Amino acid sequence: MTEQTHVDGNALGGLLLDVFGREMTDQSGCCGECGAVSAFGSMIAFRDAPGDVMRCPACGTVLAVVVLLPTGLRVTFESIRWIEVRDV
Amino acid sequence: MSFITRGFGGRRGVEQAPQGRVPPAQYVTGDFPVLSAGPTPRTSRDDWHFTVSDTEGIDESWTWDEIQALPSENPTVDIHCVTKWSKLDTTWEGVSMDTLLADVDTSKAQHALAHSYGGYTTNIPIQDLTGGKAWLAYAYDGAPLSPEHGGPARLLVPHLYFWKSAKWVTRLVLLETDRAGFWESYGYHNYGDPWREQRYSGD
Amino acid sequence: MEGAAIQRRLTWLVAEVVGLIEETPNVRSVVLTCPGWTGHLPGQHIDLRLTAPDGYQAQRSYSIATPVDGERVTITVELVEDGEVSPFLVDELRVGDRLELRGPIGGYFVWEPGRGDRLQLVAGGSGIVPLMAMIRARVLADGDEPVRLIVSARSLEHVIFRDELADLATRADGIEVVTTLTRRQPPDWKGLSRRVDREMLEELSWAAGDDPICYVCGPTGFVEVVASTLVDLGHAPKRIRTERFGPTGG
Repeated sequence: MTEQTHVDGNALGGLLLDVFGREMTDQSGCCGECGAVSAFGSMIAFRDAPGDVMRCPACGTVLAVVVLLPTGLRVTFESIRWIEVRDV
Repeated sequence: MSFITRGFGGRRGVEQAPQGRVPPAQYVTGDFPVLSAGPTPRTSRDDWHFTVSDTEGIDESWTWDEIQALPSENPTVDIHCVTKWSKLDTTWEGVSMDTLLADVDTSKAQHALAHSYGGYTTNIPIQDLTGGKAWLAYAYDGAPLSPEHGGPARLLVPHLYFWKSAKWVTRLVLLETDRAGFWESYGYHNYGDPWREQRYSGD
Repeated sequence: MEGAAIQRRLTWLVAEVVGLIEETPNVRSVVLTCPGWTGHLPGQHIDLRLTAPDGYQAQRSYSIATPVDGERVTITVELVEDGEVSPFLVDELRVGDRLELRGPIGGYFVWEPGRGDRLQLVAGGSGIVPLMAMIRARVLADGDEPVRLIVSARSLEHVIFRDELADLATRADGIEVVTTLTRRQPPDWKGLSRRVDREMLEELSWAAGDDPICYVCGPTGFVEVVASTLVDLGHAPKRIRTERFGPTGG
């Protein structure tokens, strides 16, 4: 049965823009587990109640977790080896 | 002055909140939202097992049939999600954690880390898993627990925020030193008492 | 519009509803005029923020259905059963109401006329919305990129923008539209009547050898089946852009 409880990084575009101060969906990140390089917009996003969990589209590993805390919007980088931003 | 959207009434499915039943800043709902941090694991009863590992690394394991053979209880409890919804009088069937921890040496263990199929974790003090406060639940509302809601079996620890009631639970590791689980390591409260509104780690 | 659309900072703007269009029995387009809007690219979306009298706030993202047009932004919203926000937008919202929004957002699921690639678009249900912005932009720019669109919908009355699509297919150069109705078909229906599958894509979409850029949008399950089938048919994953709308299709 097809899993239907997730979306992708496109849906987190606004949040990512808040954190990084620029559009991120077309920028890439490298999975620390399997090495796959994916555009943020193509990362799998589980929008769970307490926060948003971004997973590698190739291997499913948790890349980053976005949580809105009273102190601010926190992104925990769980397994992203690198992020690359073009056009700078 | 905050912008109010004309005609927008707010939350749907909100029900009356009986006095004293609802922790601070919670609202009562008749829904049971299905949300998760990852894909729903699909574990067959044949493959399923539940293990308690004590501080010496000694395991005690039960298969599905062995769990079914244990005395079960039918708790009716209120549950409270950190995202502010509460659901009252939910009915479950499962084995009390007291039963599962009865033969386990808990003398050195103050803490436990629950592990689920799929990789989710959450930490709970041992004393919050005993004394009739927690269950390994395999049925909800009179029917077998569906995978979407954590089946074959989940932890049920209703006196803490519901993220502690780990879906798809498969192992409980007893620890001398506390270890933060999934949401606890991303900014949520280490303990999670809804009555003291312990949602985030600063609370 | 050079540099106008992919922004560095987003602030909440207040837009006014200037038009409402009943697209299907449960889909409504909301035409907004937004002072301060700096423009957008086809495929981008806005975040809407709604605030109830008790202070409760809900936020949702909606794809922009139209190409850039000054301060005018149109979103097309599908009513979700028991939803919190869509019933308000589809049933309650009135012309003259004001909504808080921010945008445009998106840089991955974006297309601009003039790139020269063949375009393969595959839409499931409300997934047609961002793809419609692309098609409308292509027509407005009087472009010549050959476009093939496959639309999947439950029934004919659920096909959003159906008249416009039919008109485009007959009129505009190089735009081919195929519709498949998956649950109910009218008695005289001569088109397809099953879910998008490998055979359909093989027959009706651009071949991998044509090196199209593909955009797939709709419910999560739909997008994943179509995207993986396109990969099986030889398309490079980098040539396939996806936007998942979740279980109900947004």
